[in-house]
Amino acid sequence: MITLNVNGTDHSLDIDPDMPLLYALRNHLQLNGAKYGCGLGQCGACTVIVEGKPVFSCVLPSGAVAGRAVKTVEGLGSADKPGVLQQAFIDNQAAQCGYCIAGMIMRAQALIDTVAAPTDEQIRTHMAPNLCRCGTHLRIFAAIKAALATGVKG
Amino acid sequence: MKRRDAGIDQGRRAFLINGALVVGFAMVPGAGRAFADTEVDTLGTQVLAPDLPGSLRTNPFLDAWIRIDEQNVITVYTGKVELGTGVKTALLQVAAERLEVEPHLIVFMTADTALTPNEGYTAGSHTMFDSGTALFNAAAQVRQLLLESAARQWRTPVEQLGTQDAVIQCPDGKSMTYAQALAGVELHRYASAQSPIMAPERFTRIGQSLPRIDIPAKVSGGASYVQDMRLPGMLHARVIRPPRRGCQLEGIDQAAIENMPGHVTLVRNGSYLAVVAEDEWQAIKAMRSGYELARWSQGDPLPDAANIHQLLTQLPAKRYPIRNTVASSPGPADSSAHSWKATLTKQYLMHGSIGPSCSLAWFNEGTLTVWTHTQGVYPLRAGIAELLGLPLEKVRCVHVEGSGCYGHNGADDAAADAALIAMAVPGKPVRVQWMREQEHLWEPYSSAMRVELDVTADAAGHLGRWNTELWTTPHNERIVNAGRLLPAWLLAQPVAPAPSIPIAQPEGDGDRNVIPLYDVANSRINMTFVTQMPFRTSAMRSLGAHVNVFGIESAMDELAAQAGIDPVEFRLRNISDPRARAVIEQVAKAFGWPARAGGPGSGIGFAFARYKNIMGYCAIAVQVHVQRQTGEVVIDRVVTAVDVGQVVSPDGLRNQVEGGIIQSASWTLYEQVDYDPAGVRSYDWSGYPILRFPALPLDVEVHVLDQPGQPFLGAAEIVQGPMAAALGNALSNATGKRLLSLPLARSGWHRSL
Repeated sequence: MITLNVNGTDHSLDIDPDMPLLYALRNHLQLNGAKYGCGLGQCGACTVIVEGKPVFSCVLPSGAVAGRAVKTVEGLGSADKPGVLQQAFIDNQAAQCGYCIAGMIMRAQALIDTVAAPTDEQIRTHMAPNLCRCGTHLRIFAAIKAALATGVKG
Repeated sequence: MKRRDAGIDQGRRAFLINGALVVGFAMVPGAGRAFADTEVDTLGTQVLAPDLPGSLRTNPFLDAWIRIDEQNVITVYTGKVELGTGVKTALLQVAAERLEVEPHLIVFMTADTALTPNEGYTAGSHTMFDSGTALFNAAAQVRQLLLESAARQWRTPVEQLGTQDAVIQCPDGKSMTYAQALAGVELHRYASAQSPIMAPERFTRIGQSLPRIDIPAKVSGGASYVQDMRLPGMLHARVIRPPRRGCQLEGIDQAAIENMPGHVTLVRNGSYLAVVAEDEWQAIKAMRSGYELARWSQGDPLPDAANIHQLLTQLPAKRYPIRNTVASSPGPADSSAHSWKATLTKQYLMHGSIGPSCSLAWFNEGTLTVWTHTQGVYPLRAGIAELLGLPLEKVRCVHVEGSGCYGHNGADDAAADAALIAMAVPGKPVRVQWMREQEHLWEPYSSAMRVELDVTADAAGHLGRWNTELWTTPHNERIVNAGRLLPAWLLAQPVAPAPSIPIAQPEGDGDRNVIPLYDVANSRINMTFVTQMPFRTSAMRSLGAHVNVFGIESAMDELAAQAGIDPVEFRLRNISDPRARAVIEQVAKAFGWPARAGGPGSGIGFAFARYKNIMGYCAIAVQVHVQRQTGEVVIDRVVTAVDVGQVVSPDGLRNQVEGGIIQSASWTLYEQVDYDPAGVRSYDWSGYPILRFPALPLDVEVHVLDQPGQPFLGAAEIVQGPMAAALGNALSNATGKRLLSLPLARSGWHRSL
């Protein structure tokens, strides 16, 4: 049994410790936010926050996060009550297909949580690990800036 | 980094060619009825009513589009799907406008073979033209029939009645719901050629940026994608593909795999392999064992990448004349005062969806249901039925969104995988998810192409001769038979793909946009369509237009330079279409053309195209600078103007245009499939780098030239060609050297400067 702390709640799961966190979240906790994109840590679609840091959940064994605080996009808010950054993505219509977006939000949230006033250059560099194929980057960037402008960390 | 929303220019409404709104919506001007052989219409969509607008031609019954139940719930159906471009919301806006109800009162259904009209594929920037036009008319006709029914029941002139929130109101205070009015109306009837007229000034939903209905769930972990579906008792599957095409399975230790934890089943049919397990991670582990244990024959070697554009001229092919025009009177003696000959090339590209293909299937009580992110549920259903030997009515394909596809990616093949696997475990729903390397290695690529141009202009800067020879492999290997589904090749009884046929002009295939929109008297254009190819290639956004517009606009800059004429002025001198001139002039003005920032390595470039010469107009100017030592390209500024006819959602349009700019920049600067005789080396993102955040354009400005009352022309693919060409011209300007080979900023490119 492995105990995963996800969005503030402990879950005891009977899973192999080598199962990447992504599959534990999606299949054993029914959380859709983290997406399978590459399984290689190359695209960021699976990004979640573990103890304040953005991580690729597709390559992180569940056993390695037992007892550590995991936050997914579901932990920021819901469609009815979106968090600050989620609302900024809605306001900026910062999605096309949207498959990368939950990962984008989680990587951006980690920046917002840790850097008070990042420069444009810092945002671009910080977001570099996450791929978007639709070309929605400009809106994602605008949404991050808008969330930062609220001064609320979410 | 800035994203500028330059306002919509409402003053540009002067180009009402027909002058009549309803006629205007009936047909893309100039397209005639030549749509029969397009990527949209090839797939069993039979034209039943050629005089009706949009997809009413193929689905003329009103109740195919709109139904109203006894509780007054309005359900609107489209045969198109949401691919991430926002069309679901835009189509909803159109239906709401003409039903004159609030969008939230409508239940909106996208493609499902059990429910919706057959509109073939969602492709080619056709959705708003096909389905939007159909809904624009069908919704208005249904509302009018309901009004007439109420008028009859109340014995009141129909002109005195109004509607609000799906309720018909009489001046004397009487009212009835749409559902009550429906009592005296048969909606199972052909639409009329003429619809009630609504002046564009009265539009309250068309032209408004209704927030997309899908985005709140997508930013909060809602079940938005086929990848997110979970059915009771669902099993997880993974496929095991050969190392390369042509490999035959020589053996595999089935027991070793099936003894793994998780109640694993190996599905095997000829060289087709898949594993099924209770848990997804167990399925992945079983798949990995399968890859280790399977023994394969050598298969087909790939060509040497360095010679691919020469090879294209040697492979079995069919030559298609595209254009052959000669001026009735001989041109001026100096018609070839300026001339340019060049060979341009494009490499194989990937769609590169961020989410690899996925599908669910369930064979239950004799019926197979497939949930799929295909672009065409009906053609897929036919392909799967043939593949499995099931009657058509025993297969249902339901579209559920996937990751953006940008054309014919692995979606259909993954659906065929799910279908094959589901038949092996009857009664159990199965979810199959391709791995990253499977998508990279097995999705159909966008064709490598070769373009030879031979063009002239006279001393006054008027185009003379325009000759083009084009080599391409297919851009439309859509599902016209089971053999177009990749898994069919691997079975013990394999099915061969149907022969390749290019999409005819004016839509075009590899020859899309090969004919310049500029005024050219003498032109000879031929396409050599390579039918036996080392790679499977199929539709990717804009098809041949990406390289063809790049070629045309490179030539325009070269001829302008020889004639000593500014590139924008040179274009205007050679184009008479007023809407083309309008976007060109708008960009030149907004950009401040030809002003440029100084500094070493900087350059500006301009380009224009009208997509397929019959759809959306797009002009772009870009400013770049090049770091000579590293080859890094910085896109400092992009200014574009687009005209896609009547705009439905201005913000949705801008989102598509911005995305097109970035996606095309990535294709044009960086992308090519890497391969050698042993196989494709681009099996993950490290081997197929695409644009990331640090390379984003620093400033993007989008101008929208609205055309109220004019046909919807589509938006999602109009930018790919012009952005490629503007980048090519800007980099050529920056480096002083004409760049002819895509991708432009490939590894080591700067060393040849």
